[in-house]
Amino acid sequence: MNALQKKDLSLLVLIIVVGTVVALINPRFLLVGNISNTANQVGLFGVFSIAEAFVIITGGIELSVGSVIALLGVVFIDLIVNHGINWIAACAFVIAGGLAIGAVHGLLVSRMHIQPFVVTLCGLLIYRGVARYYTEDATAGFGFSSSFPTLEWMTAGRTNILNFPLPHSVVVLFVVGAVAWVVLHRSVFGRYLYAVGKNEEAARYSGIRSGRIVVSAYVICGGLTALAAILIAMYTRSISPAVHGSFYELYAIAAAVLGGCSLRGGEGSIMGVVLGTILLQVLQNLVNLLGIPSSLNFAVMGTVILIGVLAD
Amino acid sequence: MSERFLELIDISKIYPGVTALDRVSFSVSRGEVIGLVGENGAGKSTLMRVLGGVTEPSGGTIRIDGVARASLTVAEAIKAGIAFVHQELNLFDNLDVAGNIFIGREPLHAGPLKLIDRKRLRAQVRPLLERLAVDFEADRLVAELSLAQRQLVEIMKALSLDARLVIMDEPTSSLTLTETDRLLQVIDGLKAQGVSVIFITHRLNEVKRCADRAVVLRDGRVVGALAREAIAPATLIRLMIGRDLKSLYIPPASPPGDRVLDIVEVRTATYPDRAVSLSVRRGEILGLAGLVGSGRTELARAVFGIDPLRGGSIRLEGEPIRIAEPSAAIERGIYLVPEDRKRSGLLLDFSIAENISLPDLASYARGMLVQTAAEVQNARRQRERLNIRTPDVMTAVGTLSGGNQQKVVLAKWLSMRPRLLIFDEPTRGIDVGAKQDIYQLLRRLADAGVAILMISSDMEEVIGVSDRIAVMHEGAISGFLERNQFSEHNVLELAVGHTV
Repeated sequence: MNALQKKDLSLLVLIIVVGTVVALINPRFLLVGNISNTANQVGLFGVFSIAEAFVIITGGIELSVGSVIALLGVVFIDLIVNHGINWIAACAFVIAGGLAIGAVHGLLVSRMHIQPFVVTLCGLLIYRGVARYYTEDATAGFGFSSSFPTLEWMTAGRTNILNFPLPHSVVVLFVVGAVAWVVLHRSVFGRYLYAVGKNEEAARYSGIRSGRIVVSAYVICGGLTALAAILIAMYTRSISPAVHGSFYELYAIAAAVLGGCSLRGGEGSIMGVVLGTILLQVLQNLVNLLGIPSSLNFAVMGTVILIGVLAD
Repeated sequence: MSERFLELIDISKIYPGVTALDRVSFSVSRGEVIGLVGENGAGKSTLMRVLGGVTEPSGGTIRIDGVARASLTVAEAIKAGIAFVHQELNLFDNLDVAGNIFIGREPLHAGPLKLIDRKRLRAQVRPLLERLAVDFEADRLVAELSLAQRQLVEIMKALSLDARLVIMDEPTSSLTLTETDRLLQVIDGLKAQGVSVIFITHRLNEVKRCADRAVVLRDGRVVGALAREAIAPATLIRLMIGRDLKSLYIPPASPPGDRVLDIVEVRTATYPDRAVSLSVRRGEILGLAGLVGSGRTELARAVFGIDPLRGGSIRLEGEPIRIAEPSAAIERGIYLVPEDRKRSGLLLDFSIAENISLPDLASYARGMLVQTAAEVQNARRQRERLNIRTPDVMTAVGTLSGGNQQKVVLAKWLSMRPRLLIFDEPTRGIDVGAKQDIYQLLRRLADAGVAILMISSDMEEVIGVSDRIAVMHEGAISGFLERNQFSEHNVLELAVGHTV
């Protein structure tokens, strides 16, 4: 388990090749503003893609990521805007909510032996529905008067470093990624996670309490998704619960798969997931910059993922 | 028996750095049964791959019906009537017997829809069922069949392809005695019908029982071909390993001590109304014999916490304990070496070092972080101690031979503090040399004060290794045997439920 595995390296090469081609065709790709914006997207999407990877490594899947981002997003905004709750308390509440959702999913998977796909598909539908009901399908947002300077600075702010406005979401991703890397690739728990994903029976025969490991993976996923929900809510500043975060679970799965995760479990690296996220965002940017009709966005992404997986 | 159907002349297969086959010559006559024996790595599998058209030999001639050629393709091998019954059976669980036998060749109704003509399918299968006199119907789902019955399905599939030579790779390694007997009868039947059989096995008594000729491979060479009268297990073993084997039994250094494990009236889900009681003492190897399906594995799983107990209690050194999870058993020094090492014993993609450290990972960690250096160091120590043949302990376990894989499973537990070690078929599919290593290790462990419970279906092993034998029959203990009562006859009588 090296820091940079061969798979990761080839993904990096692919990103550089795609980036170079885009830059040659449209030099605006390299403008500081464009790179900073793309980096911000990477930061936001990277956090919940890492969340997804924890579950995928156990051999599971989490389909409710986008709906959770919508539900926790509207709850978060409602708490601090309409109920005047202190934003630190609101953050804690929302993250606790994410952890609780993860725990429920994990228990349904490991105790009730329901397939992860089914559990989280139900989650996808339920949380989306609840989010829409919660706001009566109206858009939740910050009024012009409301202002939370510290929170805004922490989540959506940028700091100039060497004349480059570094988005704070990237800083968050860096911290989350570093911690996740240590947990997955260096800790006892991480080893258990891979062992359970590879072969749950053999893991159990080695004394690993696989049920607990699986529940922990969903809990971590829920917590990180909640963190992403806060970041995204602060970035978009208004949330239409019907569409907010929709398809985000698919971005997360795509990033994980590009990054070397196997949907059978037991494989994948943090480095790979982050690189997968970067590639997806560069592609998104490519569609915008090369004047490709934005309706083709998903088609481009799907094609590149397919090629990436085939080339593997 | 005169007609030579297949002849191999000076077949060699050279891989970079390794000579897998070195001028191997032998022939198969019509209706001849050949027992092919040799340690793992002797070249049996390569030879079979050459016959199946999967591997191209580096030199030599293959002559089929007098036509000489340098190599075979898979299609040519099938056309020549060479069929395989693999160790890991290639059947579809979710299809019935007939569907499996004629998979891809189903008789179809006329018309563009290509619907399967089930009536004709059944009719085509019937003569095959009769030919082997099997005890199941053509419309039974393969999932419902026993392993032995599935093998018969494979053989029928081979016959339906007009096989003239059926090659069986360790067909009896997972069969009970009765099932083995039945299979050997089927082989006799095939022979009478003019079909030739090559069967590869580690069980030398079976070679003696039914082979017309035994061919022994060692280091890629034919080191002996014994005619029927000359086949004797001792001779075969000498040829296989080039030295005489001592008798298996190694007496204990001192008489057994206190009772370590007491199983009291324990009932399992498979036999909920049969209770088992037995005790294992410190320094003792207790053999647990019985037919496959007699409840031995279920008992082991219950003691190790895989399955819940249906009743009764377990005492460790006199203290009643409750074991709901394997982790609880492991905490108390109760370890299990499972029957299916590839599925339950090992993570094949993990390295040797990672497999060994897995049950005790916390003690290789500083804080929460695993210290790879400590894992590697211990793995190297275990490699020397157990004679695991690999240059690098970071290689994936899946690349090792069966014997070395089993030693890795053992190394997991020997890195900890075993009080009771349960072995479920400790040497299944392992070559003779590695078997000896494992038997010596069992005795060393027992002498060091570990209590050992050894489940084994291998008569030679259970009689040769145990200090005492418990025999199970249909979920209950049918009797105990002390060393002076050990005999194949006594074990068998108890296994079928008689008294001695």
